[in-house]
Amino acid sequence: MIFLTVGTQEPFDRLTKAVDAWAATHDEPVFGQLGALKPDSYRPTHFEWREFISADEYQAKLEGCRLLVAHAGMGSIISALTWGKPLLMMARRATMGEHRNEHQRATAEKFRERAGIHVASGEMDVGPMIDELLAAEANAGDALSAEASPDLIATLRNFIHKLG
Amino acid sequence: MVKVLAISSTGGHWVQLLRLMPAWDDCEVHYACTSPDHEARVRALADARGTPVAGYHAITDANRWAKMKLVKQMLEVGSLIARVRPDVIITTGASAGYFAIRFGKLLGARVCWLDSIANAQELSLSGAKAGPHADLWLTQWPEIARENGPHYKGAVL
Repeated sequence: MIFLTVGTQEPFDRLTKAVDAWAATHDEPVFGQLGALKPDSYRPTHFEWREFISADEYQAKLEGCRLLVAHAGMGSIISALTWGKPLLMMARRATMGEHRNEHQRATAEKFRERAGIHVASGEMDVGPMIDELLAAEANAGDALSAEASPDLIATLRNFIHKLG
Repeated sequence: MVKVLAISSTGGHWVQLLRLMPAWDDCEVHYACTSPDHEARVRALADARGTPVAGYHAITDANRWAKMKLVKQMLEVGSLIARVRPDVIITTGASAGYFAIRFGKLLGARVCWLDSIANAQELSLSGAKAGPHADLWLTQWPEIARENGPHYKGAVL
């Protein structure tokens, strides 16, 4: 199963459409979490989707998927890394009204070198990259520890307890 | 026991906040989030660490384009802080974190803003606004750090 998730705030038609086009010609099941759709937002016809799912459903889809396809949001990145899932992501563009600023492009650039993370530069790349990643049985990166870096934890502990 | 309020919006901010959990072991900790959805999981995680959740508080979700919701969220965060009276507030954003920083300072708490790791090129808007009011102002990217804040002390990954 492929799990498409675009966050909860805004729809992401370019990515949703690209995945729908892929799903039209493939048997692999896809489930999409598409965010708050607007009246003119794209509504996929080739896979099951909902606007929102509960945290438990999200967790179940995440654990059950072969590939996570997502916007370049930190929630998706940390989820993929934590649960050891390969991630294909595409950044939202503010110039296309998909986000408030271009920070997802910076995030995508920063994380594209990381094992298990793959970045589609545009919607044309999405379908071919899904094919490629499934065919290669793409591996996820090294599993992430559950905690922030020790330095950061120590800094916050000291702050909380007025030490140092 | 030090009373801590850990607060953020749902999604990536929340996932980052939970990765800080060991920082408030041995504290009385309240969580606040813009979704009611995460209570069971955070309670399970916290119980496993031996630092049970003292309270989970769901607040209205909002963003810059939903002004009425933003006002509602602001009032909820204000009333939450007035009720809980935390000694320390830690937030990863976004607007809920900004309100927590401002109300927290007003009510005498020490407050920390950790800017989201999603902001690799510039600070978030809420971070730029909240940071100067924070007692501890952190970024997760060394290239964004400045002498007078934000400071870089590591990241959630």
